[in-house]
Amino acid sequence: MDQAVINILNGLSSGLLLFMLSSGLTLIFSMMGVLNFAHAGFYMLGAYVGYALSRVVGFWPALLFAPFVVGLLGAVFERVCLRRVHKFGHVPELLITFGLSYLILEVVQLIWGRAPVAFDPPAVLAQPAFTLVQSAAAGLSVVLGHASAATCAHAVCSTFPATRAFMMLVALLMLLALWLLLAHTRVGLVIQAALTHPEMAEALGHNVPRVFMLVFGAGCALAGLAGVIGGTTFVTEPAMAAAVGSILFVVVVVGGTGSLVGAFVGSLLIGLLQTVPLTVDKSLVDAAAAVGWTVAPDGLAYPLMKLTLAQVAPILPYLLLVLILIFRPRGLFGTRDD
Amino acid sequence: MKFLKSPLAFASTLALACLAFQPGAAFAQKGETVKIAWIDPLSGLMAPIGQNQLKSFQYMAELFNKNNPAGVKFEIVPFDNKVSPAESLNGLKSAIDQNIRYVTQGDGSGAAGALVDAINKNNERNPGKEVLFMNYAAVDPDLTNSKCSYWHFRLDADTSMKMEALTTFIKDQKDIHKVYIIGQNYAHGVQVAKYAKADLARKRPDIQIVGEDLHPLAKVTDFAPYVAKIKASGADTIITGNWGSDLSLLVKAANEAGLNVKFFTYYANNSGTPTSLGAGAAGRIYFVGYGHPNMGGPIRKLQDDFKAKFNDDFYVADIYTELQLLSEAMAKAKSTDPVKVAAALEGMRLKSYNGDIEMRKTDHQLQQDLWISVWQKTDAKNPYSVENTGYTFAPVAHYDAYVASTPTSCQMKRPS
Repeated sequence: MDQAVINILNGLSSGLLLFMLSSGLTLIFSMMGVLNFAHAGFYMLGAYVGYALSRVVGFWPALLFAPFVVGLLGAVFERVCLRRVHKFGHVPELLITFGLSYLILEVVQLIWGRAPVAFDPPAVLAQPAFTLVQSAAAGLSVVLGHASAATCAHAVCSTFPATRAFMMLVALLMLLALWLLLAHTRVGLVIQAALTHPEMAEALGHNVPRVFMLVFGAGCALAGLAGVIGGTTFVTEPAMAAAVGSILFVVVVVGGTGSLVGAFVGSLLIGLLQTVPLTVDKSLVDAAAAVGWTVAPDGLAYPLMKLTLAQVAPILPYLLLVLILIFRPRGLFGTRDD
Repeated sequence: MKFLKSPLAFASTLALACLAFQPGAAFAQKGETVKIAWIDPLSGLMAPIGQNQLKSFQYMAELFNKNNPAGVKFEIVPFDNKVSPAESLNGLKSAIDQNIRYVTQGDGSGAAGALVDAINKNNERNPGKEVLFMNYAAVDPDLTNSKCSYWHFRLDADTSMKMEALTTFIKDQKDIHKVYIIGQNYAHGVQVAKYAKADLARKRPDIQIVGEDLHPLAKVTDFAPYVAKIKASGADTIITGNWGSDLSLLVKAANEAGLNVKFFTYYANNSGTPTSLGAGAAGRIYFVGYGHPNMGGPIRKLQDDFKAKFNDDFYVADIYTELQLLSEAMAKAKSTDPVKVAAALEGMRLKSYNGDIEMRKTDHQLQQDLWISVWQKTDAKNPYSVENTGYTFAPVAHYDAYVASTPTSCQMKRPS
């Protein structure tokens, strides 16, 4: 029971981290009409810039400034490169973000090297957020922070790291802020208008290119924020962009490109799909046995059926990607059919 | 004392005498340049490890070029294989095209297996252009058993030997009752699980294997679900052959979830992993290897020089053994021809930095002492700060070569 709770929390927290990335990506997609291949690169950049800043000014200011720096870099990239190739169509735009992803990777490796850097969370986050105490006598209970050694002597104590709790908190705050911004402010209304009807918004006197630059910068800043948090929670290394990049596209495709709600639901879904099945050591053979059907070990389908859910877990998100593309190409909440 | 009358005459006699007795003075190989093709990752997830090894090779070549028994010059020519067997073969082909006759590789038994096959074929088809393979880290036991080759020499202890040492240590750890085995889903991870189960069943049948998992190699970024599973299994000890990011992240996730179990690893000392271990892991992370960072003696100076030069750790110490063996064999064979050098390497015994070593003739598996060391704060006895963390691996057990030696089923085909 205690591990099931931990598992679901793990899934939700990694889903929420994905949401910090996919929300920016999906906003940029709405605007450009193409996926930003360099988005995961900005995530990595956030982690490294956060690491560099945290050594000078400490973690908390770095958490604030790193997204700002990354957002600024994103805005500059949009202004200087992306806007120029915009008129040539989607393929050059796609290619330039693709090129940028390699550029970011190489620059990061040149500056910080190829080995992981020690980007540790501050002391307050380096401890457990709460401890689940599962004892035979008293059942399941929750203790904030560490549970006392005396309690744990007679029960199983599982800690949930504060970094992950913090990750969930930041993502939820971000979701709230994003929603307030887009739905209840003038800037948000202009952005929404510029995303769906750029010509009309321009005709009404709004500087649409600047809106695009801001959205791109903001999306990158969100990725940078996710990078600082992801970098401290996991490991800050040059491969972190590639690791998160492929799964990010699954999220956006599953949720529906261009939809914030879709990005949210897709992120949580993929987050859970990445973690929960890993803990199930049951296979189709077991499932068949449960309904009274025995699969012979020499049967044709046996090698496939004997694979446990834990073994196939890493491919499940990609399986979902393929299924979604076949049966619902616009994604769960997507609005565009093209 | 008549003959000392002329100091000049004495000096010239002495010089002549020295010249006559100095081994290798007139040998053909002296002054020759021996190129070694290094085929290992320089890009991708395992790049940090490959870069460290390449630097170590270049550093060692420089050292041996100043003075070695054969009087040859070593030159390391790197080829990036991206840990892929296919890319390794491309590297080998380029190396052969450049007339390089020595190949060295270590990261990944898949790539090593592909190289052995290709080198066997090459040597059979191109007499006079034979290539010799010095394997410094690929530890799949098959390479010196069912797939053993005359042209392959392994300098690291293989999976079965390391597990032999680990389980000999575990045998006396009375607080170990439940073991969980987790590994990377390829040859190495599978072999570790196989030998762990077999050796524990033999030495500690009371130990229960409470779970076993194989995960994708170098792809997992979040080990929390695996850790939750291990925790639910009630394990008190983990045995893992993981390396690189797969070990760093596993230990980190375990630290965070309050999984305070012992880890018995093969590669906790590899680039990047010590940095992620941290204080929380002190006293619980063990690793088995042919050495440890606090060996002292001549290797200590090399470690310090390496750190001063690259700000990195020199830990793949069998690179030293490799060049030592090669230069001794070249001196013994009086040639740099791989055919003669291979014959000289067979059964060669030496004193290396980690004690007496022997290149076993039957299967070309180096026999050497093994150590088990544990992650802890540096102290007066164990002063070497690994990756500048203030922590180190301190030895807790030392096994003579025969303890961890395992039999071989190799039926070596020697060239006639």
